[in-house]
Amino acid sequence: MVWAESVPRVWRERAKKYRLLGGKCPACGSAVYPHRQVCPYCGSEGLQLVELPRKGRVISYTVIRHPPSDFVGKEPYVVAIVELEGGARVLAQLTDVKPEEVREGMEVEAVFRRYREQSPDGIIEYGIKFRPAH
Amino acid sequence: MPIYRIRAAEVARVWGSGEEEPVREKSVPGLDEDSLTMAYEAAREALEMSGVERSEVGAVLVGSESPPYAVKPSATVIAEALGLTPRVVAIDMEFACKAGTTAMILAAGLVASGAIKHGLAIGTDNAQARPGDELEYTAGAGAAAYLVSGDSDRLLAVLEYACSYVTDTPDFWRREGERYPRHAYRFTGAPAYFNHIVGAAKGLMEEAGLKPSDFDYVVFHQPNVKFPLRAAQMLGFKPEQVKPGLLSGEIGNTYAAASLIGLARVLDAAKPNQRILVVSFGSGAGSDAISLVTTENVGKKRSSLERLLSRKVYVDYGLYAKMKGILGVA
Amino acid sequence: MKRVFIVGAGATKVGEHWDRSLRDLAVEALLAAVRDAGIDKRDVQALYVGNMMSGELQGQEHLGALVATWAGMAGVAAFKVEAACASGGAALHQAYLAVASGLYDCVAVVGVEKMTDALPHDVTSALLTAEDQEYVVFAGATFVGLNALVYRMYMSRYGVKQEDVARFAVHCHKMAVNNPYAQFRREVTLEEVMSSPPIADPIRLLECAPVGDGAAALVLCNEDFLKRSPRDVLVEVAGSAVATDILSVHERRDPLAMAGFRKAAEAAMKRAGIEAKDVDVLEVHDAFTVLGALTLEALGYAPPGKGWQLVAEGQVEPGGEIPTNTMGGLKARGHPVGGTGVYQVFDIVRQLRGEADANQVEGAEIGLAQNLGGVAGTVAVHVLRRVR
Repeated sequence: MVWAESVPRVWRERAKKYRLLGGKCPACGSAVYPHRQVCPYCGSEGLQLVELPRKGRVISYTVIRHPPSDFVGKEPYVVAIVELEGGARVLAQLTDVKPEEVREGMEVEAVFRRYREQSPDGIIEYGIKFRPAH
Repeated sequence: MPIYRIRAAEVARVWGSGEEEPVREKSVPGLDEDSLTMAYEAAREALEMSGVERSEVGAVLVGSESPPYAVKPSATVIAEALGLTPRVVAIDMEFACKAGTTAMILAAGLVASGAIKHGLAIGTDNAQARPGDELEYTAGAGAAAYLVSGDSDRLLAVLEYACSYVTDTPDFWRREGERYPRHAYRFTGAPAYFNHIVGAAKGLMEEAGLKPSDFDYVVFHQPNVKFPLRAAQMLGFKPEQVKPGLLSGEIGNTYAAASLIGLARVLDAAKPNQRILVVSFGSGAGSDAISLVTTENVGKKRSSLERLLSRKVYVDYGLYAKMKGILGVA
Repeated sequence: MKRVFIVGAGATKVGEHWDRSLRDLAVEALLAAVRDAGIDKRDVQALYVGNMMSGELQGQEHLGALVATWAGMAGVAAFKVEAACASGGAALHQAYLAVASGLYDCVAVVGVEKMTDALPHDVTSALLTAEDQEYVVFAGATFVGLNALVYRMYMSRYGVKQEDVARFAVHCHKMAVNNPYAQFRREVTLEEVMSSPPIADPIRLLECAPVGDGAAALVLCNEDFLKRSPRDVLVEVAGSAVATDILSVHERRDPLAMAGFRKAAEAAMKRAGIEAKDVDVLEVHDAFTVLGALTLEALGYAPPGKGWQLVAEGQVEPGGEIPTNTMGGLKARGHPVGGTGVYQVFDIVRQLRGEADANQVEGAEIGLAQNLGGVAGTVAVHVLRRVR
């Protein structure tokens, strides 16, 4: 494995990944995911912690057929840029949908799913994926 | 409820018993689903429907025999994902297909004692069955969750009586380290399922002074389609009382979620002031009988169950085997 | 600031070098560059090693000291420079700064990567260290996948057919036929490209730069050094600039804007005192074919959405308006990741020195190299000018 296997990291990230916690910039009004101290757009600090809307639409998508080590066996799967209501953009997998059914502009909703295991006997990492909204 | 289904006829194509199939089709979890993710989705829906403040939810009780970890609770992940931590009673519980209704009874106890204001009771399973075994036709996946509360204004139904009936009856088990469970075939019928279901149901009706005709609906644990119908007959219930809450034909046996999913279907259809009997059965063995009376609120809210039941994608046995992990990890 | 010149260049062929290790490749290229410069290796005062994945793939860091030792140059100031796939260009920028400052008179830069020792999905994972590990890699995105998101947006926004974008790969292969350092020296047809297996839809296998091993090296010096060691042919590093963009492409307001590239290109060209139209040879970082079209548009050679036309019209060939990737680019010359930024300049140097044989651009005087790290999260741009 070449990625960062770590228990503390998963623990540290859990709230943001389970609850789609983002940030709203008080200066420029941008919404970002995940929450962070500094706005990537205007550089202002003090972003407000917000639970982002769980609905959005697909901006672009791809079908992964040659996965990295930690996703071997799950291919093919769809990875998409989802723009949530309010403007925050998330990079996430789409699920419960066939690759050929995905369309740009498709409306999607957030679901809580299992992303990967750190190893066959390691901890499981959960997070937000998106499925077709209707 | 996962989106995927496999037809019993497709299982029969591979393992061909020649016998009549116990259900038409069953639910299959996707590669990224497990009993924890399903439990979360159900709990989230229950919480949203209730309109209750997150900070006032005092318990998360998760009943399952197929948690993603052999040792590590699902309840904490679910509580975290719902934003209920840290001041919450959380526990994972196991009693085969009875764990969900027991979670409901215990949550009710915590509420009734004043220890908590509201509690989440969840039944969830991604049932494992030995490939080629008769249980493979029915071992399904699903979750149901209920927000149990003392806030009488908001209740959809009032829990009026509960009766639990357990004995040491080893009809179905899995030893530590074994991959698949074992069962005792016909022994799982009369001494196990029927004995405890009848015991719990009769016990409740005696204690409450009720008879079958006092109920508008009865939901039994549903490992297949025949057993609940026979249990109804044995107890003096009519098929019309059972059928609304009988879903196993189309989703299989969802184990700890089964009777709770049947209850959800009934609550979605029920009118105010109707009485419902739920009788679960968990191998090992025991039954919880719970009677509920619907309130004026019941028609105002419906669960997502019908929508989830209607979204179906069929898979063949090969994909099913991959999804259930029968083919092993890549 | 002193003027900076390239006085030596060397490289290994790009390929699957089962019999040569990372240090073998780096030393080969470095010593070739030193020989080409006609200097003694003890003249080199600092060594910049551009590399991305030695830690993940070889379990090896501390490349500065390692390469210096194995090149017989222990004692020299040495560094590993990392900026994902822009490691080579970033290392070159550091080398440029060192010499321009006057603190050193003569330095060497070697870009190197050894990719074939690892299993394919481990290479995929290692390449992903260029992206946000916690929120992008976590989602199962691959590097090809992230570029595929851009590719799809490009086609949708401008109504461009994939064949027209994919044609860039055909061009690169044609150019590499005459490049003895190239990994692939056979032509491919558009049909072959379009029928190659999809890797991350819509990107197909033959639209992706290959996995390979290689090292390229340059010796840089300033005027002070030239006084002691004059030469007849001289290439100047007329401009060197690095810029970043918001790391994750999905977070950029416009994922197609190539803001980092525009910024670095503007700075490098300004320093060199040129405009895009003055460029005689262009090296595009074509890790994926869509970067060809996007770069040509970003430099203003075509309006947005029309960059692909330059390829269709043959304007990117040695005799065209904007000769591009004349030695095969990443697609055909190869993309040993940390080496690429240096390979690009190596290829331009050969053009400017008149050593490009059948692919020679007549009278080539000014070259521009674009080296992208990640999905253009870091961009290094170098402008080179033939002085004599």
